[in-house]
Amino acid sequence: MIRMKNVSKIYMMGEEAVHALDRATLEIQDGEFVAIVGPSGSGKSTMMNIIGCLDIADAGEYILDGQAIEDYSEEELARIRNKKLGFVFQNFNLLSKLSALENVELPLVYQGVHGRERKKRAVAALTKIGLGDRLHHKPTELSGGQQQRVAIARALVTNPSLILADEPTGNLDQTTGTEIMELFHELNSQGNTIVLITHDTRIAALAGRRIRMLDGHVMEEEVNT
Amino acid sequence: MILQSFRMAFSSILSNKMRSFLTMLGIIIGVVAVVVLVSLVNGATNSVTSQIQGLGSDLLTVNITSKGNNSLTMGEVEKLADDYDSIGATAPSMTQNATAKHGTNTYSATVQGTTAGYESIGGLNLQYGRFLKTPDIADSSAVAVVGVDVADELFGTRQIIGQSISVNGRSFLVVGVLNESTSAFGGSDGKIIIPYTLAQRIFKQSDVTSFYVTAKDSDSVDAAQTDLTTAMMRKFNQDADAFSITNQAAILSTMDSVISTMTLLLGGIAGISLLVGGIGIMNIMLVSVAERTREIGIRKAIGAGRRRILSQFLIESLVISVLGGFIGILVSWGILAIVSTIASMNFAMTGGVIALAVGFCMFVGVVFGLYPASKASKLQPIQALRMD
Repeated sequence: MIRMKNVSKIYMMGEEAVHALDRATLEIQDGEFVAIVGPSGSGKSTMMNIIGCLDIADAGEYILDGQAIEDYSEEELARIRNKKLGFVFQNFNLLSKLSALENVELPLVYQGVHGRERKKRAVAALTKIGLGDRLHHKPTELSGGQQQRVAIARALVTNPSLILADEPTGNLDQTTGTEIMELFHELNSQGNTIVLITHDTRIAALAGRRIRMLDGHVMEEEVNT
Repeated sequence: MILQSFRMAFSSILSNKMRSFLTMLGIIIGVVAVVVLVSLVNGATNSVTSQIQGLGSDLLTVNITSKGNNSLTMGEVEKLADDYDSIGATAPSMTQNATAKHGTNTYSATVQGTTAGYESIGGLNLQYGRFLKTPDIADSSAVAVVGVDVADELFGTRQIIGQSISVNGRSFLVVGVLNESTSAFGGSDGKIIIPYTLAQRIFKQSDVTSFYVTAKDSDSVDAAQTDLTTAMMRKFNQDADAFSITNQAAILSTMDSVISTMTLLLGGIAGISLLVGGIGIMNIMLVSVAERTREIGIRKAIGAGRRRILSQFLIESLVISVLGGFIGILVSWGILAIVSTIASMNFAMTGGVIALAVGFCMFVGVVFGLYPASKASKLQPIQALRMD
């Protein structure tokens, strides 16, 4: 569960202070599938960074899974990201020198999970998203859709409290994008909490709930019927 | 975690073979320079030192440089041993090069005129026959003791007692053949040793210009030198410039200090090349960090902390430098084996040198890897991910 209360983030662009987030407040329950939408510059990327513990809010309160995320050290933030979050990026962000399996194993490496157990869990995650037969392929040997699936498996493998997807369909054609969205739906129906960040209202329409952002404010929320 | 880091380091090194090798080359050359130079100096030192020690550290050499009318006679030299308790044996010596003949064979030998005392002073052993005896000196007998090279070249055999050789037209009866010399300094293999009195006549030189003295025992070397100085000062009217006394132990210690300075100098120069290798590592690691900014961002996003990234890059530079170190040691071993064969000397690598080289490599790897690694670890995941 995510709770954000009056969260602000100010960046200094030269002399000028930019309010990337201005007293944003939102709440996401476990098991939800939420899309955060808005045009570029609306603050949704900053929102993602803060939700994803890649950045710390200047003011306000952010509680992730019952834990208040404060001014933690980088080391501690890394541990929180590792345990509670799974990231899916627009450009997949897989390590090109590692195989699909090794990419999926990586978060478990950082968790200190050992050999056989780690491999077993990674294989399970890849099988779950339908790539059980592509374990030892390098990312370059996979299609865009398959790469994104590997990235989703990597996000999934640690059983995170939250999967954070940043424009996951942005680099994919429409058909593949739809497939990926269907995969997210499936994962959501299995109980995974998913937060999707996108500027594409069509993609956002596929989520259970939409949070619209503009100029650093949370504007409105819509619930799909 | 450490094992995983090593595996990552190896795969990263292997994925850029050429670059890794060139980086390592700096370290390899540095290590080879250190190990080979230090081993060569060590080997040379050992062999030279053992040669000097073979001469006996209780040996004093006196050279007369006086051109005045005050000349030293053989009798005066021999009397020194009786006059001073500290002095054991004395032997005057004069040498000249001359051609020795037997039949049609010739040999360019060093002819040394000396007395019976030289046998013990020079540490000589006889293979056949006997050394010069006091009556030979007194009678100026035409007898000779020869080194093995002289025997081999002139006769083709060493059992030549009773044969005669001719030197400068004079005929000598061979009474003894020396053992092969172990000390390169003595160089007695090419010598023809004849009675001093005869040498005086042949070489037309009646003064003693050089003689050897041994102390009674190794404890009385200093006393012998003092006594000898006193005697010589008296002889040459307190003219300290008329003669010089050389102490074997003093030569040894001088050489020790020269050699250790040389070792330090060579080691220092070689160390600098290792340092340059280290800078190469740092350079490549910085390039590698810049190239892999995105990778670092991804790793951080999925949960790698600063320490993880730091250790990953540090281990990478450590692996490069230590691997280079090992290759360097192997190469050095090969070079030393070849040089040892060619120079027929023993240039062994000591464990100390190996430990020094490996230790220095690790030091270089850590020191020059630290800055790039810490740079990598401090990258902000957001910025790193934004990079393309």
